[in-house]
Amino acid sequence: MDVRAEVTEQFKQVAQEQDRRLAPLTDDLTLLDSGLDSLCFAIVVARLENSLGADPFSDDEDARFPVTFGDFVRFYENAAK
Amino acid sequence: MKMPQSKTASLWSAVVAAGNLGSRTLVGQHSVASWHELVQGSLLHGAIEDLRGKSVVLATVDQFCAAAALVQIDGIVRRVVLYPPDLPLEHLAYVARTAEADIVITDQPAIDAETYSVSRVLQCGPAFIPHDVDRSSPLETEWILLTSGTTGLPKLAAHTLASLAGSAWHTDPASASIVWSTFYDMRRYGGLHIFLHAALTGTSLVVSSAHESVAEFLTRAGAHGVTNISGTPSHWRRALMSPAARRIDPDYIRMSGEIVDQAILNQVHAQYPRARVAHTFASTEAGVGFNVNDGLMGFPKEILESNPLIDMKIKDGTLRIRSTRTAARYLGPGSPTLTDAGGYVDTGDTVELRDGRYYFTGRRDGVINVGGYKVHPEEVEAVINRHAEVAMSLVKAKKNPITGALVVADVVLKAPEAEGNSTLERDILHFCRRALDAHKVPATIRFVPMLNIGESGKLVRRHA
Repeated sequence: MDVRAEVTEQFKQVAQEQDRRLAPLTDDLTLLDSGLDSLCFAIVVARLENSLGADPFSDDEDARFPVTFGDFVRFYENAAK
Repeated sequence: MKMPQSKTASLWSAVVAAGNLGSRTLVGQHSVASWHELVQGSLLHGAIEDLRGKSVVLATVDQFCAAAALVQIDGIVRRVVLYPPDLPLEHLAYVARTAEADIVITDQPAIDAETYSVSRVLQCGPAFIPHDVDRSSPLETEWILLTSGTTGLPKLAAHTLASLAGSAWHTDPASASIVWSTFYDMRRYGGLHIFLHAALTGTSLVVSSAHESVAEFLTRAGAHGVTNISGTPSHWRRALMSPAARRIDPDYIRMSGEIVDQAILNQVHAQYPRARVAHTFASTEAGVGFNVNDGLMGFPKEILESNPLIDMKIKDGTLRIRSTRTAARYLGPGSPTLTDAGGYVDTGDTVELRDGRYYFTGRRDGVINVGGYKVHPEEVEAVINRHAEVAMSLVKAKKNPITGALVVADVVLKAPEAEGNSTLERDILHFCRRALDAHKVPATIRFVPMLNIGESGKLVRRHA
């Protein structure tokens, strides 16, 4: 599965559900400026665990929280490897 | 507070006083007996005298055996523990020790006295043996009901026949035509309440069996002309999913044991338009609180003040009850106290007042914390259950690295073939978002064929 495509799809889906205006998803977009709040991120993580079968946050408790959208995608790409 | 009407009456003498003995029956899956047979003899091989003054654990699997034994031994034994058939036998030694039991009554061959540190194991069944028993000075037998404890060990809540039966000590001429039944097992408060009601008011009773399916039970209940029937909302949701639901045609339906939502009230009414549908608040510790007969979920505020039989109040968001129907105490050293200094039992059920009516929102110990916001699973389930395609649902917490926990839902559909339908998942989520705050909306929905309903009739919840 294309991890980047799936992550992008979930960001868009959750933003739409929660009535959030989503910033253009470029790799250097800071997540805090993406338009999503912490509840949205929590839902994205739960949905990605279902679709990708991976939850890198829980798998590695020492992991640094990704700062940009690019970090976030790589975080999941590494977990899916 | 109303005092118990008759402290010294035993179940046996109350059954005799209720009359109709020859014409009314107790119906099990494989056995039928008239109440006349139940008072004239026992399934205990004539060993009643050996039970006098003893503490007894009644651990039969079969409900019919348990019912027949209770009629005989109340007033004779010092204490009887009702051991639910689904409770693993590994707890029997603990329960027997805590209840200082002398004797275990069973219908299972594999129980020996030494293992459970009692002096005797008494076999129950299968044939009634008539006997004469001296019942001139009955004891006030302690009835012990088991409830699930937080440590994994059951808690032993002590009642008397008076606290369990409440005001059910009168016979109504109409009783002869009433046939009660219940989805509950009578070793649970909800089932015991119906058993005693039938025994003391002079009606027939059809008891369920752990060995039959919902469809088989409904078919049997219908064949015996059940007129009054009770169960939890979960029991009723499962029953309505069965084609056998139309085998019964009751006059009166009662729900208790879990929060009753508007969807299940409406669905039961649609299936049985002729029946009066009521819901009751009751719990093992708090006893029977009140009935609600107006067809609406929740209860009118006035019930709190206007019930002459019990005192109720809301404190720290939960319902508190003081009455002669509450359990007296928990057995065993180091047990928690059951009532506060004022004699009130905290039910642990949280309520909310809206427009002059109280609504149950959930259990205090079942709250999910989503990033600091509290969510009662029952509130979310009530919304999901209103969706036209949904039969029942279970909302639970899922650990989450960002908010600590999230709300997720397992959903049983009315038409299981729709499970692969992702539009339906989105539609249910959309439905939730219109009715609930964002943090209460499930993050994910999983379609499942059935939900686990415990022997208590309640949805099995695993608190996070």
